[in-house]
Amino acid sequence: MELPPNISGYRIAGATGDFEVVIGMEVHAQVTSKSKLFSGAATEFGAEPNAQVSLVDAAMPGMLPTINRECVRQAVRTGLALGAEINRFSVFDRKNYFYADLPQGYQISQFKHPVVGEGTIVIDLGEGKHKDVGVERIHLEQDAGKSMHDQHPDLTFVDLNRSGVALMEIVSKPHLNSPDEAGAYLTKLRTILRYIGSCDGNMEQGSMRADVNVSVRREGEPLGTRCEIKNVNSIRFVRQAIEVEARRQIDVIEAGGSVDQETRLFDPVKGETRSMRSKEEAHDYRYFPDPDLLPLEFDDGFIDAARDSLPELPDDKRARLVSTLGLSDYNASVLVAEKESADYFEALLAALADRGADTSKLAQKAANWVIGDLFGALNKAGKSITETPVGVDAGAQLLMLIDEGTISGRIAKDVFEIMFETGDSPAKIVEEKGLKQVSDTGEIEAIIDQVIAENPGQLAQYRDGKTKLQGFFVGQVMKATGGKANPAMVNQLLKPKLDG
Amino acid sequence: MTDLTKFTIAEARDGLRKGDITSRELTEAHIAAIEAADVLNAYIVKTPEKALAMADAADARVKAGDAPAMAGIPIGIKDLFATEGVRTTACSHILDGFEPAYESTVTQNLWDAGAVMLGKLNMDEFAMGSSNENSYYGPVKNPWRAEGSNEHFVPGGSSGGSVASVAAYTAMGATASDTGGSIRQPASFTGTVGVKPTYGRCSRYGMVAFASSLDQAGPVTRTVRDAAIMLEAMTGYDPKDSTSINREVPNFEAALTGDIRGKTIGIPKEYRLDETPEDILKLWDQGIGWLKDAGANVVDVSLPHTKYALPTYYIVAPAEASSNLARYDGVRYGLRDVPQGGNLTDMYETTRGHGFGDEVKRRVLMGTYVLSAGYYDAYYLKAQRVRQLIAKDFRDAFESVDALLTPTAPSAAFAFGSKSNDPIAMYLNDVFTVPASLAGLPGASVPAGLSADGLPLGLQVLTPAFDEMTLFTICGVLEEAAAFTAKPDAWWTA
Repeated sequence: MELPPNISGYRIAGATGDFEVVIGMEVHAQVTSKSKLFSGAATEFGAEPNAQVSLVDAAMPGMLPTINRECVRQAVRTGLALGAEINRFSVFDRKNYFYADLPQGYQISQFKHPVVGEGTIVIDLGEGKHKDVGVERIHLEQDAGKSMHDQHPDLTFVDLNRSGVALMEIVSKPHLNSPDEAGAYLTKLRTILRYIGSCDGNMEQGSMRADVNVSVRREGEPLGTRCEIKNVNSIRFVRQAIEVEARRQIDVIEAGGSVDQETRLFDPVKGETRSMRSKEEAHDYRYFPDPDLLPLEFDDGFIDAARDSLPELPDDKRARLVSTLGLSDYNASVLVAEKESADYFEALLAALADRGADTSKLAQKAANWVIGDLFGALNKAGKSITETPVGVDAGAQLLMLIDEGTISGRIAKDVFEIMFETGDSPAKIVEEKGLKQVSDTGEIEAIIDQVIAENPGQLAQYRDGKTKLQGFFVGQVMKATGGKANPAMVNQLLKPKLDG
Repeated sequence: MTDLTKFTIAEARDGLRKGDITSRELTEAHIAAIEAADVLNAYIVKTPEKALAMADAADARVKAGDAPAMAGIPIGIKDLFATEGVRTTACSHILDGFEPAYESTVTQNLWDAGAVMLGKLNMDEFAMGSSNENSYYGPVKNPWRAEGSNEHFVPGGSSGGSVASVAAYTAMGATASDTGGSIRQPASFTGTVGVKPTYGRCSRYGMVAFASSLDQAGPVTRTVRDAAIMLEAMTGYDPKDSTSINREVPNFEAALTGDIRGKTIGIPKEYRLDETPEDILKLWDQGIGWLKDAGANVVDVSLPHTKYALPTYYIVAPAEASSNLARYDGVRYGLRDVPQGGNLTDMYETTRGHGFGDEVKRRVLMGTYVLSAGYYDAYYLKAQRVRQLIAKDFRDAFESVDALLTPTAPSAAFAFGSKSNDPIAMYLNDVFTVPASLAGLPGASVPAGLSADGLPLGLQVLTPAFDEMTLFTICGVLEEAAAFTAKPDAWWTA
């Protein structure tokens, strides 16, 4: 198999030399839809156990699956967003195995003919570096229910609310070479899914889970045997799991052993991976086409409609912010990383435009303010952008006050702090606290005169050639005005007076 | 007084509409007949109160001028169909006590058309069998006995209760299901009419699944006209079944014109097996003669892959069954058997070990085997390919003929136990019915004569997909020509 170059150069040092890590991911993303893949039951998170179970989900005798068109549409949209091949013909298969939370005794999935074929995800590796990661396929499948072992001393309870919920399994090629790349892959995939709204990407609620395939090899050697780490449910754990699993495999190889292809589980508490089942228990899933469902076929019209419904994708948006608004690549990347952030920023620009501002001039300042002040405050308060107490209008007002010279950048920071706490409008705060910038020549001159008079020693030194002391005088003037003096004006008026 | 149970559905329908009889009278007569026929073991659940309530509702409906085809007609329901609040077990121990909270589409269609439910009918467990000897509730006795003999015979299977109830006048009609011949073969064994429509005509929603790509519901009645009336009420597009066909349902009864002049009937030479008994071959020739006399052209045709049909069927059907029956695991409904201190695997093993009968286990094992890694291509995949060839055989034949005429089964009803220890001999019973099942084609068995021992024999008519109209036309002609008036002596009432 032809693999792309390991551009990040990540290696793990073993006792006998360096090892390269090869990683592939299978991400299970819950499709955003009101009802399940093959039944009309609701899919909302957090319902009482077994409150969202139809006769089909419980596999009652004689019940039959019927495909949910919306789930297919979302899978197709996801495929299109990854530039992937869309298969007009695909087949649902049964994957047969017994488990208490799998009511049918089989999972309906897609095996030989998935709905989406090969695509690409461009991952961001920082410092403007990008890498193309191949996507092998996306198929649709049902989720299982949940076994609850902690409800009773002897019994296991089963909650079927998730049974039948639609999942997209997004399978990458083994194109990832470090924990960072794996993290970047998940982050980017999550961003895209959230942009197009085909999955909410909520890893804590289990809407997105990853199976991570890890193998190691010495440089130039063929691919090693891989292990699959099942069901890792956060980006942090994915990175940790890869590190400890790669290290484990290296230790096995260096001790003269060989890695067994197997399924493993990551234990974040102990920081290790453990074998899930032995070879003797290995499943033979006996895949075969589900005779209850006809092959899934749709026409170009269905695909075109799905394509037309896609919003601007994050890579396109970033490129546009850089090329048409002159944002730095870093700022643009930060802003597009979350759809909500990008939405906020674009709404902010629109609000500025409404107020007659020249957005091409203000865009970079607005970006700095969003990323620096707003994100900083939100982070500190543990809030997300959607929970921001400073709305788009208030933010635009604040930026306009700075731009018009009504308040200084320094004062703006104080005003913003109050806005964030109280939700008041910046104009009101500036008015009430009397924070308006002082641009009155006479007033500033009077203060300058007073400051010069109070600091005769510094004045003498200045006049002896220590001209750097101008900064000291500026500071004293600003202090005396509570920061409200227009700094440009202070400099302009101060110089002739110091020079005498 | 007239014995109301002897009415055909068509006669009862007309009598009800004219006000000559009431559904309550009809239903009471059948309830009494059922009580008198317990020895047949056709009914495993009787619902007389429900029946009378439905009859009264039907009478009210008819009185109000709303008399759909099946209004007031008392029928039996094969236990494969889920009936809301009425025990539905597919005659398996593993579904002990299961009362569905839902109604199958086929039965709902019948109730909407005014039919009256008498009870649930015995069958081979999960419709797996050709003799009704595989029921958890014990075998059904064929109302027919050989001439001068008191020996009991099987009614055929898997719809043994359906055919026995109709043949013994304890139901005017019965729902049945056909996966490889389970409507047609037992119809042949009991002198009844059995129709399997095109796959997709009847919804499978609420019908306990055996082999999803083959299962198809159909009626068992005493006349072809009755079958047409009942089938029309059963069929129709159902969005709850993805394999249901969205096609208008024709007026099947209107096909009974008696006119087959100019039709071409094919006689598939591969169905002329060496081991077929003389009386069946003779009856087949007679059938050919009747159709010729009625003005049809009869030609020989070849269906070259016929000999592969049975092995193909016994790969495809068990494969699907092994997966369809995985849901019976003791977790959510039906039987749960856990040994003291047992874990989940023990529960599966004990529940399924005790819950399934031998034939079901045999098929689950076969099906699991043919889908296993390393065997899938050689068995399942190859069988799917052969299935395509068998379907193509029929398509090719139907290029030049309108229908095919064959015997329904290679023998008349046989004695209990005579084949139950030899699965292959039992499977051979479906040799003439399985090919059309694999091709999804409509087929019907019409009683046409008696065997040398005086047991009923049927002839099978097959037509192209969705051409049930031609099927009914030809069946009507056969029925009239055969003038099959023999009846079982009602020994079971004694």
